[in-house]
Amino acid sequence: MQQRKTVIRRRENLEGYLFIMPFIIGFLLFTAVPICVSFYLSFTKYDILSSPRWTGLSNYIKMFTSDRVFWTCFKVTLFYAFVSVPLKLFMSLMVAMLLMKPKLENGIFRAIYYIPSILGGSIAIAVVWCRLFATDGAINNILGTLGLPDDISWLSRTDTAIWTLIVLAIWQFGSSMLIFTSGLQQIPTELYEAARVDGAGKIVQFFRITLPMLTPVIFFNLVQQLINGFMAFTSSYVITGGAPLNSTLFYSVYLYQQAFQFSKMGYASAMAWFMLFVVALMTILLFKSSDRWVFYETK
Amino acid sequence: MMNIKAAGIRQNRIQSGIFGILLKLVGAVIMIYPVVWMFMGSFKSNYEIFGDTQTFFPSSWDFSKYVSGWAGFGGVSFGTFFLNSFVVAGLGTIGAVASSSVVAFGFSRCKFRGRGIWFACMLLTMMLPSQVTMIPKYIIFNQLGWVGTKLPLIVPSFTSEAFFVFLIMQFIRGIPMDLDEAAKIDGSSMARFFVSIILPLTKPAMVTAAIFSFMWKWEDFMGPLLYLNKPRTYTASLAIKMFNDSTSLSDWGALFAMSTLSLIPILLIFVFFQKYLVEGIATSGLKG
Repeated sequence: MQQRKTVIRRRENLEGYLFIMPFIIGFLLFTAVPICVSFYLSFTKYDILSSPRWTGLSNYIKMFTSDRVFWTCFKVTLFYAFVSVPLKLFMSLMVAMLLMKPKLENGIFRAIYYIPSILGGSIAIAVVWCRLFATDGAINNILGTLGLPDDISWLSRTDTAIWTLIVLAIWQFGSSMLIFTSGLQQIPTELYEAARVDGAGKIVQFFRITLPMLTPVIFFNLVQQLINGFMAFTSSYVITGGAPLNSTLFYSVYLYQQAFQFSKMGYASAMAWFMLFVVALMTILLFKSSDRWVFYETK
Repeated sequence: MMNIKAAGIRQNRIQSGIFGILLKLVGAVIMIYPVVWMFMGSFKSNYEIFGDTQTFFPSSWDFSKYVSGWAGFGGVSFGTFFLNSFVVAGLGTIGAVASSSVVAFGFSRCKFRGRGIWFACMLLTMMLPSQVTMIPKYIIFNQLGWVGTKLPLIVPSFTSEAFFVFLIMQFIRGIPMDLDEAAKIDGSSMARFFVSIILPLTKPAMVTAAIFSFMWKWEDFMGPLLYLNKPRTYTASLAIKMFNDSTSLSDWGALFAMSTLSLIPILLIFVFFQKYLVEGIATSGLKG
């Protein structure tokens, strides 16, 4: 009997491992081994043609002390993430509330507002974005028709170029809007009824019911999108290429340039590890802060 | 007195209704303007797109920009680029969905030692910035001689993707455990139980995963940029970027025409599978 049990147990173990085998292989080959290699490379000088040469902490020292561009791209990326994500979430919440009433037209508007979310990451849109904001492009043309200054070179001024990328990010608010919509639908209507009986107006209802009930959703989106924002690549690489004067140079783009244009694989690996550190720190801080403002229903 | 007040309120409501709809309409126009502008641009000459007298509609609806754009560059036409995109996105999606459902079943219905640890590893892969593994992966694929081929873009998908494993696991969780017991009593193996009972029931989750996977892989730019180095192997997204750089630029209309074409598969997915897209976003927070 005992023996039979161990046979069954062993068979179950084997079956389980067979089912998750694709994951295990992928994890070892494409995550575990690369992590170790990347950590090792971050302490070396490596150009892929000759073998890596151990240089100790010099990559990290160079990064923190003498590479000006490193700090520039770090600041640019933080600015981009911390400006575009809150604005985008604010926008999605407002629009989600505006389209809350179950009317046919609201469903159609939601669908239209969602379209940029699925297209916005594509190269096609990035290429179009360059031309929209070109000095002779459509944006200036529209401004001109409205009687506003129409000769702003959006992409070549250090104070406006980053905003074209932020606008592109905000333009894709559709998917967070859908998340907020489903969050709003889950707030029990009794809460609003009770508030109305107590004489609370729309604004009080928003700050006392809607916003607190949504904080878990807001928190989840904030964490996920800030991290994604920090890792953003395509818009900076394709639309501005980091210009002018590195004012739109994203961290990932600089990392890519170091690795694949200047063949500084060791230095780029060190940058990747610093990125991991920042992302982890951001996540921890956000989770720490969540006790103070995220409202979890006690069950 | 009451009547006047009631009429006033009604008028107010009508006004706010009209105002609301107008606001939403203006919003909708702003939201789709860039896409429509691109579409219109695909029929225009350079002068019409950027000249002094820009008009919204093209002066004529001829498809010559589609013809000249389709010719591509470096002797390779956009037919090849789109085919490459379909191969990468199609095979990658098949691999990702098939392997992810197998793995999801293993994690949610098999009891085995070390399950917790492996599951934690899966969480780790979701949170790890791809930049950390990017360089070593490139070195590995370089050693294998795969750089310059589509293999690095397709093969890793066959080892399951964490997002989709989670999506499918959530779905499997909703399937009653009684079925497992019944299968066990019948003496059917786990493999047969999976294929004949669980797999058909998880079809909706698999469709959702397939849609997102296809969209992401179709639009992917970083992967092709890293691994594809000959025009013959370019996917559409990389080709459009190169087209943008190389023709610098005599034919914007052609660029817009090819950009428009590259968005058609995504728009078709949007039209036909909207329900799955919305569910995927609302239930698991997948970004669109």
